[in-house]
Amino acid sequence: MSDLKKPEIRIGVFICDCGSNIAGYLDMKELVEHAKTLPNVVFVQENLYTCSEGGINEIKTAIPKANLNRVVVASCTPRTHEPLFQSACEEAGLNPYLFEMANIRDQCSWVHQREREKGTERAKGQIAMAVAKAARLRELSRIQLGISHRAVVIGGGVSGMAAAMALGNMGYETDLVEKQDRLGGLLNDHNIVLPANESPAVILNDLKSRLESNPKINIHTKSVVTKTEGYIGNYTVTLNENGAEKSVPAGVIVVAIGARVLKPEGLYGYDGDKVITHSELEALLKQGVPPAKHVVMIQCVGSRCEERTYCSRICCMTAVKNSIILKEADPETQVTILYRDMQMYGVENEDMFRKSKELGVRYATYDPKQPPVVGNGQVRVFHLRMGKEISLPSDLVVLSTPLIAQEDAPDISTMLKVPLNANGFFLEGHVKLKPLDFATDGIFLCGSARFPSNIREAVSQGLGAASRAAIVLSKEALFTSGIVADINPETCCGCLGCVDVCPYGAISYVTDRGVCEVNKVLCKGCGGCAATCPSGSARLDGFSNDQIYAQIEQALAG
Amino acid sequence: MASNEVLIIGGGIAGMQAALDLGDMGIKVHLVEKNPSIGGKMAQLDKTFPTNDCTI
Repeated sequence: MSDLKKPEIRIGVFICDCGSNIAGYLDMKELVEHAKTLPNVVFVQENLYTCSEGGINEIKTAIPKANLNRVVVASCTPRTHEPLFQSACEEAGLNPYLFEMANIRDQCSWVHQREREKGTERAKGQIAMAVAKAARLRELSRIQLGISHRAVVIGGGVSGMAAAMALGNMGYETDLVEKQDRLGGLLNDHNIVLPANESPAVILNDLKSRLESNPKINIHTKSVVTKTEGYIGNYTVTLNENGAEKSVPAGVIVVAIGARVLKPEGLYGYDGDKVITHSELEALLKQGVPPAKHVVMIQCVGSRCEERTYCSRICCMTAVKNSIILKEADPETQVTILYRDMQMYGVENEDMFRKSKELGVRYATYDPKQPPVVGNGQVRVFHLRMGKEISLPSDLVVLSTPLIAQEDAPDISTMLKVPLNANGFFLEGHVKLKPLDFATDGIFLCGSARFPSNIREAVSQGLGAASRAAIVLSKEALFTSGIVADINPETCCGCLGCVDVCPYGAISYVTDRGVCEVNKVLCKGCGGCAATCPSGSARLDGFSNDQIYAQIEQALAG
Repeated sequence: MASNEVLIIGGGIAGMQAALDLGDMGIKVHLVEKNPSIGGKMAQLDKTFPTNDCTI
């Protein structure tokens, strides 16, 4: 095609003051005058805040008025503001990928606050780089995907049950997958739940009957997920249900596999008889109060130590609850809790703690460097306040052990390509802002699979994960980003270099043609393949070689 | 006819997130905040642990 047929490149440059964030440190008038001299630039405008309603309107007005076909904004970071400016272009009828940003705030004015002249020169260079790239931008399109309006929830504990319930109530067909033969997870083993003072069976039976009567919810017990394929909106999940394989479609997947109780083998003479865990005590309490008259409870057994640095959060409240039950059954029973720090956060827990003291439960701190010693019907411990070793008679020792990650967490992590943290729990997308999302789109997280949580937290997180998942399921269609990789099959030699570096599993090797191919739905546009490809066959749309070389030339020109 | 719009009282981080999620589901939301700007307590923080993200 001859150059004459190509439409003229007309670039509009918008330079943002960012209040005083940029204008306070750089010479804005000079930046404007310089931008006017750059090739293909036909329109330059300074804004107090380009991101404000006024600034956005100026972009939308200038595009038709100055007949712009490229837009450059020199302002803050594309991480937070690129989507806003892109949608302004789109609303004015311009393809959103014909937009480029120069970060003259984070990368210039903030760092060069005391060097006005040099900073201004640098910002000129950054704008020139953005303009050079903008001139070479091409229209890109987003891919539209249909979605399956169904969900799969992995794990039928209280968190997964809450998630499935919420999704079913919103009208989405949901498959709830539980590996055991009954729903309820750890809650099945509890004796009494405080502060409601209810049997967990009451909570579970209520949840179970509502799940079973909801026609949108399919419960699969004795079932494990053996394979997942696909991507957000279009997963295929393969289940092994009681020996039989079946596949279900899903737009989203919720991971709610919970956690398990640490068995404290080798700690404090644990024998499951005279030295037991709190979950074992609760199993006994379901049958009746054990006859022990001298009970010693030890906190932080196998947690907050070198091997497991975290606090399991639920053990303090469990120990206090069980101490109250023992004391109320027989006020003559001596109950002593040996602790490092009591974590009784929240209103109800603090009330429960106070009540246990009123009932005569004794508390003594121990130093993990001088841990209690269990044996011969007594527990010896160095009492920090008295400054000497004391001996407590004991016919029952109860150990507070933490919740630890499920044994199958690594398998599910590998299967869904979602990460685990150092303790083997699932790692959320962002610790503050995306606590129930994974970085992988369409997969969500709740309950003790993420971190030890109490019933209220597990239920809240289940409801929250369902709500996040519903954002996806409520859509008629999804759009992927236009910034995706492509591999030229004419020049690809099938070396698999790109397959190795792709963190999203988006590239596969096509055996019969001997080339690699990108799945544009899975591609997140990181560009790893384009940087790796020895033959230059892999390229990233929106970051092509000619665009980047043009930027480098400008960077070196100044 | 029943309204399918949602009123959220309080524009701190919880109200903002609820409004965003509902908005992303295509539901019209009215977010009401008594102060001149949204953000609540979080807007008064400088950085949050453990990521050290700027709270604004």
